[in-house]
Amino acid sequence: MKLSVEQWPAAYGERAQPRKGFFTDTSICIGCKACEVACKEWNQVPAEIEGFSGNSYDNSRSLGANRWRHVAFIEQRLPADANEGASLVQTAERGAAVEGGLASYQEGDGMRWLMASDVCKHCTDAACLEVCPTGALFRTEFGTVVVQEDVCNGCGYCVSACPFGVIDQRQDDGRVWKCTLCYDRLKGDMEPACAHACPTDSIQFGDLEELRERADARVLRLREAGQDRAQLYLAGADDGVGGAGAFFLLLDEPEVYGLPPDPVDTVRDLGSIWTATAAAAVALGAGLVAAVFGGRR
Amino acid sequence: MSSGGAVRGAALSDDADHGAVSYHGQPVLKEPVWGWEIPCYMFTGGLAGASAGLAYLAGVRGSNTLAQRAWLTSLAAIAASPPLLIADLGRPGRFFNMLRLFKVTSPMSVGSWILSISGASVGVAALHAATGRFGRAAAVARPAAAAAGLGLSTYTAALLSNTAVPAWHEARGTLPFVFGAGAAVSAGGACAAATPVDCAAGARRLALGAAAAELAATAVMERRLKLHGEVYRRGKASRYSWVSRACLVAGAGLLGARGARSRPAAVAGGALVAAGALATRWSVFEAGTQSAADPRYVVEPQRRRLDG
Repeated sequence: MKLSVEQWPAAYGERAQPRKGFFTDTSICIGCKACEVACKEWNQVPAEIEGFSGNSYDNSRSLGANRWRHVAFIEQRLPADANEGASLVQTAERGAAVEGGLASYQEGDGMRWLMASDVCKHCTDAACLEVCPTGALFRTEFGTVVVQEDVCNGCGYCVSACPFGVIDQRQDDGRVWKCTLCYDRLKGDMEPACAHACPTDSIQFGDLEELRERADARVLRLREAGQDRAQLYLAGADDGVGGAGAFFLLLDEPEVYGLPPDPVDTVRDLGSIWTATAAAAVALGAGLVAAVFGGRR
Repeated sequence: MSSGGAVRGAALSDDADHGAVSYHGQPVLKEPVWGWEIPCYMFTGGLAGASAGLAYLAGVRGSNTLAQRAWLTSLAAIAASPPLLIADLGRPGRFFNMLRLFKVTSPMSVGSWILSISGASVGVAALHAATGRFGRAAAVARPAAAAAGLGLSTYTAALLSNTAVPAWHEARGTLPFVFGAGAAVSAGGACAAATPVDCAAGARRLALGAAAAELAATAVMERRLKLHGEVYRRGKASRYSWVSRACLVAGAGLLGARGARSRPAAVAGGALVAAGALATRWSVFEAGTQSAADPRYVVEPQRRRLDG
């Protein structure tokens, strides 16, 4: 059963704009967090001090109601043979030297530092929007997904529906918040604050079609250059969320960055969910009849 | 782990001995933000819905005392429901926004309408049962309340299943049966306690049959969940699951053995099975939270799906 909400572009007719999105090329992210800062400033997102995490350079931890861009830092020790053709013994020796404090990661082994700026994916099939009972979440004329803060009543359903753990409730406020892809700036023909602030163009904003072509070419170049784990994430239309408005070029598997490897829009299973629920309701009715009529009064 | 191991948290994805890769061990999903009101509502909604069905059928059979007590039970439970739901909202003053739309992709929207219809029809039916007034309206309201009650008893399972929370979503085939049985257990137990024992045979049969059904449905659900069944053997989910089984077995035993003769035994047995049904909802609720909090329950099945 295909259940869906009327969406972009059909709902907008002539006012529909080309679908806009982000291509986040993590291979050139330098972890400067300018995107986090620019997002907070432009959108007036409240501060939230969480203290020292111990997770590399990441002290903002994750996306949430008060963090609409989040830069992840992953420190990996690649086996040296991945770069230099070292033997297993050599690799182990280098590893031991590092463990023993005799060498830095750079000297002792192949250290890899991954950085990636995460954001709301603005899914094609957006579970948050589909489960929202009030219609507070809607799809804009740019094909992005935005919360209307004057409608949201803080029911929290979207929080559990999002397969990426993006949208969340703001504690003192009660409503849910997330990236709007700078809906206000888009309306004024400006690019989102994070993309504008990104010094390396790791965050690229534009028409989704064009971004996808650019990403295809980029991942091909990286593979040729020996980055054999380089991959596009959510760039097609054939994944569990129908592709995303914000997609990524990753240098390792998605779960390394805290992203689900095969996210699925829960509403794809809603047909079977309603069927099972109807069957259970019928079974309950049968049970009630059996109990009331199945013996003495 | 050999030198391919990660410095902290993140590991290379093809390391042979990693359990599941995660980002510094952090959750992938957000934990549900719902408070204690929600499992309580899943209980009161089920109690109200199944009691309405019991009341209607008892009335059809001519068991008027049972019917009357069941309508009043249903009224009490349904009256408690909206306050629980509204209290859990981040913006309680905006609860009426729930009825801005009717949206089939949102079981919460569908449920808001079911609850509204149930509340109105149970109200009329119970008013008639208590006072004898509004007979003509009650004749329409009774079957409407019974039918809406079936939905009210089970839609909450659709609501939980229609999320990204692994222990809920993966239970989508069986959870409605667990909740439907639980609703019947609580209605049977509450009405067996609220009705003189000579008139409560139908309620007792319902409580006993449904307690067996709930135990069976829960066992099937946990087995079918495979990896995610693990969460039912951990933490709060496990503790509530034990309480649930103990209450259901003890309460059903008491109701079956002495419920037909002794009102105190019927009250105690009815309260126990109802507590069992409430504990099952808590167990399912906590299991969902636990499965969302652990990245392993999110990443591992997805990775396996991708790798075929």
